[in-house]
Amino acid sequence: MVVTTRVLSYRQAINEALRLEMRRDPTVILMGEDVAGGATIKHIEQEGAWGGPLGVTKSLVSEFGRQRVLDTPISEAAFIGAAVGAAVTGLRPVAELMFVDFFGVCMDQIFNQGAKLRYMFGGKAKVPMVIRTMIGAGFGAAGQHSGCHYSVFAHMPGLKAVAPATPYDAKGLLIAAIRDDDPVMFFEHKMLYDMTGEVPEGDYVVPIGKADVKREGSDVTIVAISRMVHIALEAAKRLSGEGIEAEVVDLRSLSPLDEDAVLSSLAKTRRLVVVDEDNPRCSVAADIAALAVDKGFDYLDAPVKLVTAPHTPVPFSPSLERYYIPTPERVVAAVREIV
Amino acid sequence: MEIPREKLRWIYERMVLIRAFEDRVAQEFAAGKLPGFVHLYAGEEAIAVGVCAHLTDRDYITSTHRGHGHCIAKGVDVKAMMAELFGKATGVCKGKGGSMHIADVDKGMLGANGIVGGGPPIACGAGLMAKTLGTDQVAVCFLGDGAAEQGTTHEAMNLAAIWKLPVVFVCENNLYAESTPWTYHCAAPDIASRAAAYDMPGVLVDGTDVFAVYEAAGEAIARARRGEGPTLLECRAFRYYGHFQGDAVSYRTPEEEAAYRQRDPIQRFRETVLSQGLLSEDELDAIDAAVQHEISEAVRFAESSPLPPPEDCLTDVYVSYPVEQLAFRH
Repeated sequence: MVVTTRVLSYRQAINEALRLEMRRDPTVILMGEDVAGGATIKHIEQEGAWGGPLGVTKSLVSEFGRQRVLDTPISEAAFIGAAVGAAVTGLRPVAELMFVDFFGVCMDQIFNQGAKLRYMFGGKAKVPMVIRTMIGAGFGAAGQHSGCHYSVFAHMPGLKAVAPATPYDAKGLLIAAIRDDDPVMFFEHKMLYDMTGEVPEGDYVVPIGKADVKREGSDVTIVAISRMVHIALEAAKRLSGEGIEAEVVDLRSLSPLDEDAVLSSLAKTRRLVVVDEDNPRCSVAADIAALAVDKGFDYLDAPVKLVTAPHTPVPFSPSLERYYIPTPERVVAAVREIV
Repeated sequence: MEIPREKLRWIYERMVLIRAFEDRVAQEFAAGKLPGFVHLYAGEEAIAVGVCAHLTDRDYITSTHRGHGHCIAKGVDVKAMMAELFGKATGVCKGKGGSMHIADVDKGMLGANGIVGGGPPIACGAGLMAKTLGTDQVAVCFLGDGAAEQGTTHEAMNLAAIWKLPVVFVCENNLYAESTPWTYHCAAPDIASRAAAYDMPGVLVDGTDVFAVYEAAGEAIARARRGEGPTLLECRAFRYYGHFQGDAVSYRTPEEEAAYRQRDPIQRFRETVLSQGLLSEDELDAIDAAVQHEISEAVRFAESSPLPPPEDCLTDVYVSYPVEQLAFRH
């Protein structure tokens, strides 16, 4: 079978994944603040106003109607919890938590209800829901709209967590997440929405729990997450000019974690740098380092280096925000320390 | 409202079963046979039973930390419930939930809840499912007077109202949130009147009178099934035990307790059906005896059941997940 691919943006790839799954399965619904926009306003009843604050869900309401693309009040606890209840009783809701930083107002529904119900019920229930949420600094959105915070969710039993870095992975992982019978946190980096790449038409699945080697190399392994994959690739390009070949492993899934992919790359390169835009304490980056020390100790020829955000909130001023976000220069410097 | 004779028998049997279950749990707990802690529902039976009398297995309920009565009213197996409280493998949640998370989705029981105010958004979700799929199912959200002060309750009532969801909020006002009187924690003169803020009917009901609960719930549930949206019922009652077992209940006076016991829901039911000749004393006594037998059997079943094997800790977290990552370096 010939698979046709086109160039789509990360935003379009996510939109297409939602559209295809909603066509395929009538139990898939979308809910969130302004996911259509302008509910009850007559002249935009069919087309919606916003399609989400950055237009990711734009035009879905035209095809699927207001019954399946639900604008919600700004009541995250209520609608995230409603997604839990709908999932337990037979729908496959995709709820949008506009910015991940808003988890503070609805965390009980995510982690005490959605994540734990199946376990507490002795396996009798399943909770096939997806929470799409925006992460990342670089927009000048400051302290309450710029965090990554996926480490918090990867920490919690009962939740799966994925963070795609490319349009191809975004579409395939979102389709996988919607079809998954467990609650999945789907982290979209706001600085990637306009990034483009080859995306096949039709549906395909990127399996949850599988990392992807985005660049092969023999001298050092750089494990990266979400937007940091591109920072790592840029660093790898510069290092190549110095004769250092870095292998870039895109984690894609944070829970479950593809431990084998990390360890087999480490076995090959014997050196490890982890690049993560999240805060460093108790983070996925720290978890990868612990994995390397525990199960990959014999492979290691040098200390594991972490290149992460500092242990601070995301600042506002451009000079401060630039300092906050890991850069290719910092990744190159970390590699040089151990190669 | 005319109640069919079979339904009357069912109502009595369920109320007595809840009372007997809770009294026995209190004994077993005092004897040190139950792990953890328990919150008992005795005294509030008329609410769960009067409401659930209108529901089928396809309808959903969400419950509270005081959830045994809701389970029994919704038809959850009493043996499996007792085994759950004993932490046994035969428990309705395989010993993974315990009293505070007891649930049976097959019976439409979406769980007791250890988080006060945890249930209302979930009930909205069950209602949203029914509305989206065009079924006539309803979701009943039981909550306490304490939960009436949680933001989730207000968010959920608003959401149910704007989406006209088939949800009925049943606030069981048992007068104390733990030890704090509702008259202190609630700014309004009653909880039912808060329904006005969400443009839904709010009805104050005597929660010790199962006939009153049955009638009010019947209207609210019928309204929900017709697609006309949510209702808030406030049912006032009294819990005979403390907030949890071990609570010395220093905040209530003996006079207050005695006054409430005068309005015992089971006694009131007996008096009504006997005085009106709806059921006979013999048949009520026969139900009492059958219930006592059922509870004894449930305890025997729970006691003789095995504990879950320790490695069962690792199952039922996800539908699919690498098991070595669940065990971690265990």
